[in-house]
Amino acid sequence: MIGLGQYLFVAGVLFTLGILGIFLNRKNVIVLLMCVELMLLAVNINLVAFSIFQGNVVGQVFAMLVLTVAAAEAAIGLAILVVYFRNRGTIEVEDIDALKG
Amino acid sequence: MIMGLESWTLARPEIFLLAVTALLLIWGVVRGESATTFVSLATSAALIVTAVLMFAPYREGTAFGTLFIVDRLTSTMKVLVLVGSAVAILMSRAYFEDVKAWRFEYPLLVALASVGMMLMISANDLMALYVGLELQSLALYVVAAFQRDNVRSTEAGLKYFVLGSVASGMLLFGASLIYGFCGSTAFVQISRALLEGKGGEIGTVIGLVFVVAGLAFKCAAVPFHMWTPDVYEGAPTPVTALFAVAPKVAAISLLVSVLMGPFKPLFDQWQQIVVVAAVLSIAWGAFAAIRQTNIKRLMAYSSINNVGYILLGLASGSEKGIQAVVFYLAIYVVMTLGTFAIILLMKRRGVMVEGVNDLAGLARSQPMMALALLVFMFSLAGVPPLAGFWGKLYVFIAAIEAKLYTAAVIGILSSVVASYYYLRIVKVMYFDEPAEMLDRLPFSVNRAVALASAVVIALFSLAPQPLSLAAAAAAKGLFP
Repeated sequence: MIGLGQYLFVAGVLFTLGILGIFLNRKNVIVLLMCVELMLLAVNINLVAFSIFQGNVVGQVFAMLVLTVAAAEAAIGLAILVVYFRNRGTIEVEDIDALKG
Repeated sequence: MIMGLESWTLARPEIFLLAVTALLLIWGVVRGESATTFVSLATSAALIVTAVLMFAPYREGTAFGTLFIVDRLTSTMKVLVLVGSAVAILMSRAYFEDVKAWRFEYPLLVALASVGMMLMISANDLMALYVGLELQSLALYVVAAFQRDNVRSTEAGLKYFVLGSVASGMLLFGASLIYGFCGSTAFVQISRALLEGKGGEIGTVIGLVFVVAGLAFKCAAVPFHMWTPDVYEGAPTPVTALFAVAPKVAAISLLVSVLMGPFKPLFDQWQQIVVVAAVLSIAWGAFAAIRQTNIKRLMAYSSINNVGYILLGLASGSEKGIQAVVFYLAIYVVMTLGTFAIILLMKRRGVMVEGVNDLAGLARSQPMMALALLVFMFSLAGVPPLAGFWGKLYVFIAAIEAKLYTAAVIGILSSVVASYYYLRIVKVMYFDEPAEMLDRLPFSVNRAVALASAVVIALFSLAPQPLSLAAAAAAKGLFP
């Protein structure tokens, strides 16, 4: 039987993978965007699981909001990335170093 | 649930601002680039009208179920946000015209971000908090990258976006845990669950830590400050001025209303976190700024330092502490806007310069501007009788009354270190030989903002009463 604990565990693992991906990734900014999405999806699993096991619908409403905002966020992130690519001609994480101090 | 007329009346400032922004967006799209100046002036006017609307007539209460709350604290914070955004828009024209990026989307994005900040400040539910925060953040990511043919501006936007999304993700993860362990997203219900000891489990505390981390990122507190210097340096200067003011007020206000509202029963747990963040911010903001040569980067560290003092007021958790937070924030907004107004006037042969050394000889070429900057730097350093001194004094009194002796001592010692780099700017202006003078610019909005802020800061001690009373009234609402 799959209980609340298992769902939370999966969500926790996904969330950790997302965070690790952001801090360990040295390759490509697109991967960073994917990691952010992974974090948000982990949150959604959390919300829906809590919502089901508590029998109140708030968590599912929250999950819908998160989905919508995540879509907007991805759109803006990609737009900024495109603008950046036009200026620099690269999206390697290691090349993002014009600002330092 | 029926949304009565009462809800709409309470939210009328937000609704008004959103409607005006939408109309101006249509106007801008129809008329094209030629409408930019009109749109920006109209947006600033709309922001000020919104601030007036909140007090004519003033109302308190919760709206839309329990999603939205209006009281003295939220109204005061909203005034700071709106004034900060309006002034930041007014100051931006010359800069953006110079770099050929004077487009009507800029003021509208700032207005949308302001709506988001107002929603954040008024949030009374984790969902409202999240949506408000994202409306603010998404608009600000775009604004940071607004000078879209410039590598530094787009890089600032990209960094801000990636790190900001991580912070939102952490905040959201914390919110989901809090929802799971307390059974609701409404602040009132969370507070009730915690008081009954229901949600006192470790899950809620972990959730709270994630939420505080997310909000600490948004107000640039150490250890979540790493984006600040890069974004402040890379973003167009008027945008940096905005970042240093409005989002900071909104994030701190949200931190106050979350921690002093639903999570007050967990005071012992969060106090330690906030004290550590405050002390680290104060110290790091003071020490790391010493070797900066770019004035925008220096202001970034200065803002981290100031956020530390504000968090120290919050960490004391008393009515006096919250009063100190509001009081300090108001003074901080004026000082920062004034300083950035002067940074925006730094030009040599028509090109913007940002080095601290470029200020050399300012005292001879433009004595009034040099005097104004001197007032801001002394005030930021906390020299009496300027306004900044009173802000720090209130914070330290609150911290000592809450028995945070170590933190207060570190705060005072760090402010001595911080005065080193503030005074260095004064020294450069008054005593260094300039390689080449800065341009003398004709009278402009920026000059007016700088002089007006300098007068307010310099003469503040003559009449500190109104601000002190307003801050006290704002803090009172949290302590029924």
